[in-house]
Amino acid sequence: MPENKPITKNVDWIVVLIYIACLAIGWVNIYAAVYNPEVQTSMFDVSNNAGKQLMWIGTAALLIVCILVIDYKFYETFSFIIYAVVIALLVLVLFAGSNINGSRSWIKIGAFSLQPAEFSKLAISLAIAKYLSDPAISLTRKLKDYYPIMGIIALPAFLILLSNETGSMLVFASFAVVLYREGMPGFIPAIGMVMAALLIITLLFVKWYIAGAIIIIAGLAIWIMPVMTRRRGGLWATILVSLVMIGIVFGVDFFMNNVLQKHQRGRIMVLLDPDSDPRGIGWNVIQSKIAIGSGGFAGKGFLQGTQTKFDFVPEQSTDFIFCTVGEEHGFIGAAVVVFLFVCLISRLVILAERQRSRFARVYGYCVAGIIFFHFMINVGMTIGLMPVIGIPLPFFSYGGSSLWSFSILLFIFLKIDAQRPFTLSRG
Amino acid sequence: MLENRRFVIIGFFSLVGLIYLLRLFYLQVLDESYSIESSSNSIKRVIEIPFRGQIYDRTGKLIVYNTPVYDLLVTPRKARVEDTLRFCQVLGIERRDFDSLMAAAAAYSPFKPSLFLRQLSKEDFASIQDVMVDYSGFEFAKSSLRTYTAPTLANTLGYVSEITRSQLEKQEEPYYRQSDYIGQSGIEKIYENELRGKRGTKFVMQNVAGVYKGPWKNGELDTMAVAGENLYTGIDLEVQQYADSLMVNKVGSVVAIEPKTGQIISMVSAPTYDPNILASRHFSKNFAALARNPYKPLFNRPVMASYRPGSTFKLIQALIGLQAGVITPESGFTHANCPMGCHVHPATSTVALGVMHSCNPYFYNVFRRLIYKNNITNTFRASAVGLDDWHDKMSKFGIGQRLGIDLPSEYKGNLPNKKYYDRFYGEYRWKFSNIYSLSIGEGELLITPLKMANVAAIIANRGYYYTPHVIHGIGDKKYVKPEFLERHDSGVDPRHFDPVIEGMIGAVEGGTARRSRVEGITIAGKTGTSQNKKGDDSSIFIAFAPADDPKIAIAVFVEYAGAGGSAAAPIANLVIEKYLTRKVTNKALEERMLKADFMSKVILPGVKKPVSTDSTKKKPVSADSVKKKPATPVKPSASNRPVAVNP
Repeated sequence: MPENKPITKNVDWIVVLIYIACLAIGWVNIYAAVYNPEVQTSMFDVSNNAGKQLMWIGTAALLIVCILVIDYKFYETFSFIIYAVVIALLVLVLFAGSNINGSRSWIKIGAFSLQPAEFSKLAISLAIAKYLSDPAISLTRKLKDYYPIMGIIALPAFLILLSNETGSMLVFASFAVVLYREGMPGFIPAIGMVMAALLIITLLFVKWYIAGAIIIIAGLAIWIMPVMTRRRGGLWATILVSLVMIGIVFGVDFFMNNVLQKHQRGRIMVLLDPDSDPRGIGWNVIQSKIAIGSGGFAGKGFLQGTQTKFDFVPEQSTDFIFCTVGEEHGFIGAAVVVFLFVCLISRLVILAERQRSRFARVYGYCVAGIIFFHFMINVGMTIGLMPVIGIPLPFFSYGGSSLWSFSILLFIFLKIDAQRPFTLSRG
Repeated sequence: MLENRRFVIIGFFSLVGLIYLLRLFYLQVLDESYSIESSSNSIKRVIEIPFRGQIYDRTGKLIVYNTPVYDLLVTPRKARVEDTLRFCQVLGIERRDFDSLMAAAAAYSPFKPSLFLRQLSKEDFASIQDVMVDYSGFEFAKSSLRTYTAPTLANTLGYVSEITRSQLEKQEEPYYRQSDYIGQSGIEKIYENELRGKRGTKFVMQNVAGVYKGPWKNGELDTMAVAGENLYTGIDLEVQQYADSLMVNKVGSVVAIEPKTGQIISMVSAPTYDPNILASRHFSKNFAALARNPYKPLFNRPVMASYRPGSTFKLIQALIGLQAGVITPESGFTHANCPMGCHVHPATSTVALGVMHSCNPYFYNVFRRLIYKNNITNTFRASAVGLDDWHDKMSKFGIGQRLGIDLPSEYKGNLPNKKYYDRFYGEYRWKFSNIYSLSIGEGELLITPLKMANVAAIIANRGYYYTPHVIHGIGDKKYVKPEFLERHDSGVDPRHFDPVIEGMIGAVEGGTARRSRVEGITIAGKTGTSQNKKGDDSSIFIAFAPADDPKIAIAVFVEYAGAGGSAAAPIANLVIEKYLTRKVTNKALEERMLKADFMSKVILPGVKKPVSTDSTKKKPVSADSVKKKPATPVKPSASNRPVAVNP
C-alpha cells in the first residue's frame, strides 16, 4: 500500500533543505546581532535571543513532526474550525493581551508570549482554500463570490487593527497573489500597483509636472492608437484613465494628510528621503542602510559588524535581522538570502501548480504569497526600498510566534503535497 | 489559461528578487559612502594631543614646560545633576554659571561631550573627582598647561591660547579643530609647527550611546602622539632676570646678543608681566586686563618699538665714512660751519675722538662728505645720488631692514632714500641741507632696539653679523635653521673698525658713559639720546664687551630717562658685568638703577603732563601693578570663581 510509505519519501526535500538553511543562517545571525564582546554568552545560552531561538527551533521541529503525523485531510476538514479558533484568540487578546511596544497583541503564557495575529495568516489561508475548493465558485465570472473572501480577510484584519498591529494586517495584501492565480482580473493588481507608484511619484515631484506628463503620455497613446487598434472605445478609455490618474495625483495630498496617521505618513516620507528625520523615523532606515552598505562585497566577518554589534540598528534580531547578514557577510551573504527566498517561493509555486486538488493549490499559493510578501517588505525596508513596516523576515527573525506560524504554514502545505499521489483531482 | 498565470507570478517574484539584488549590489559594492559612515558611526577617532615642546635657556635650565591639568566635559543629554547646589559648591561655581555653561554645551550638541570647566589643576581634580561619581554625563579629559619657571620673557615667549574663529577658518590645511590650542605670539607662534608635536589618533569602537567598547582592530591603525620638539634658546635666564629687575619701573628694552653667533642672550621688554597669568583658565580676564593697561605690557618693544637712534647712529656713519674713503682715522673736524650745536669737549682731531665725545659737527661733516662724495656739481642731483648710495651702505647694517629674527611682527624701521624725500619735496627739490639731521641719528630715521644691538654686534665682530635669533637649536639634535648660520657682511673692512672701537672704549672710560664703567672689563660703548617731542628724551646705549674678545653686544633703551649716560649705559654695563662675571661689583650703581623710576615720567596718551611719582603709586595702573602684581591676575585655584569657557 502506497499509504504506508514513510512521509520522508514523499515530502519535498528542496523546500525542507531551504527551510533548514534559512533557520541555520537566521540563528547564527541572531547570535551575531545580540553578541556583546564584553559579556560573551554562548550561542546555546537561553539567556540570549540566539539560545531562545534555538529553543523555538526545537519546539518548531516538534510541531512539524505533529503536522506530518496528522492526517492530511484534517486541515481541509477543520479549516473553518481553525479559522474560528484563531478569531477567538484574536478577540481574547483584545481583553487579556499584554501590552508590548504599544500593541495589545500578545498572550502571555508563563515566560513565553504568543502573538495570535501571527497565526491569522494560517487561518485565513486555510479558510480561503477551503472556500475556493468548491468548484462552483469562480472568481472570473461572479463578483458575489468575492464577498465571502473579503469577509474571511476583513474579520481578522479588523481585530488586528483594534490591537494596533497594522504591520501584520498589511500582509493580508499578499492574498492578492492567490486571488490573481484563481482568476481575479489582472487589472485589479495592476491598478493597485499603479496607485502605489503614483503615490510615491507624487510625493517626489511637483504635482503639476506629473499631471502634465500623464496628459502627454495619454496624448501620445491616443495619437498612436488609431493606427494600432482603430477602435473608438480606446480613446475614451485612455482619457478616462488619464483623468483618474490625475485625480489620484491630487488626491494623494488629501490621503497623506487626512487619511494616514502621523507615524504612517512619516514612514512613507522617510522612504523617500531618510535624511528628512535622521534622528527620528529616519534613524532606522539610515542606520540599516549604513549597516548593509558598509558590509561591502564580502562582509566584515562573523561577529565583526560594528553597526549591528553596538546597537546602532534597532530591533536587530527581529525585524532588522537582514542588516546583520548584510553587514557581516556582505553582498555575498545578502545575495544568498535573497536567492534562498526566491528559490523557496518559486518552488512553492511549482509545488502548488502540481496539486490535484484546488484546496491544496490555493493553500500553496497562499503560503508562497505570504512568505513573499514578508520577504519583500522586510528586506525592502532594510535597504530603503519599502516603508518601515514592522513585520519579521520568515525563518530568520527572532521570535517564537513568527517561527511557529511560518513553520506550521509551510509544513501543512508540505504534508498536503506529500499526500498528493493519493488525492483525487476535483478542481 | 489561468495556469499560465503562474509564470506571471513567478516572474514577479523573481523581478522583486532581482531588483533587491541590484539594490544590494549598489549599496554594498558600488556606493562607498556607507562604509565611511559606518566608521564615523561606530568607530570614533580619538585625538591625543601631545605635550608641547619645552623651552630651555642656554645653560640647560627649563624656561617653559607643561603641567597636566584636567578639563571637565559634559554630555548634556546624559547629564544628571539632582543636587545642583551641591554640585556648584564642589566646583566652586555659581548657579548662573552652571546654567549658562549647560546651555552653551547643549547648544553645541546634546549628544557630544563639550567643555564645561577648563584646566582644573591636579589638586582641584583630586578634590572633586570623588564627588563627580555621583553625577552622570560628566567626564574628565587630560590636558596640559604651559608653565613658566620664572616670571620673565613674557613677550619673547609669547602665549598659547584657544584657536580663534578666524584662525580656524584661515588655516591652509585643516589641522586645528575648534578649542585646539595654538601659539599666538612670540616663540610659541613662530615655532608652532615644531612645538605642537604630532597628534596621535586612536580608533576606538563605541556603541550607539557613545560608550567606549575597546580599540578598533586591536589598535592596528592607531598612531602614537609624538611630543613637540624641545627648543633651545640662547637666553641666559639668570642674566635675563637680572635685566628684568633693572628695568622695573621703566619703559624700554634690553637686547643682548652673542656677537659670534647672533644668539639672543637677553631680551627685556619693559613693562612686562608674568607669562603664567596667560596660561591659566583665567586667560580671557587676564588678557583683557593686559590689553587695557596703558603701558602696553603686551607690546614687544625690542622688535616692535621704534625710536630714533640718536648718537649711537654716529658709529655707523663713521664706519661708512672710513670705508668710502671720505675720512681717514686721522680726519678732524671743528665746530665751525655747522648748523648743529654741540657740547663743550676737547678737540676732535681723529675718528676715535669724534666717537668718544659724540661730536655733532664731526658727523655732520662726515655725512656731508658721504652725500657729496660723487662728482656731480648740481647739489640737488648730487644729494639724490649720494643719499641712495648712503642708503645702500646703511642697509647692510640692517638699518631700515627686517633682520629676520624668529619673533613675529618685527618692525622694519625707516631708512630714508631718494624716493622718500622726493615724496615730501619733489624730485631734485631737496639737498644735503634738508636732510643733515640724519647725520646724528635724528630726522626721519627709525630703528628698533634689536637693530641697534645688532649694530653693536657688527662692530664687535668687526664687520659681520648673524641674524639675531632666540632659538639656537630645535629638537634633540639641536638643529639650527640655516638662515641663522648665514654670515651677513656689513660691507665695511675690519681695519676700519679699530678707530671706531677705540672711540667707543674711550666713551665708556672717559666720555659720555664714564659714570657707569665696570672695573676689570673693557667695554666699548656709545650713548645716544633719542629726541622725544612728548617729554623727556629716550636714553640709549649700545655696547659690547670685552672689547678685545667680544662675548656680548647689548642695546638698552629707556624711555623718558634723558641722556644715554643716565639710565641706558648703567643698565647695559651692569648686565654686561653680570653676564661676563656672574656678579656685580658696583653695588651703589646697581642699587640706584634698581630703584630708578622713569615710568612716572611717561606721558600716556590723553594725559598732558607727566603724573608725579606719588600720584602714580595710588593710581590703579601704576608701575608696580604692571611688574610686581602684573595686571592683577587671577591666580588659578579651586576657591576662585572660574571663568566660563565656551566649548
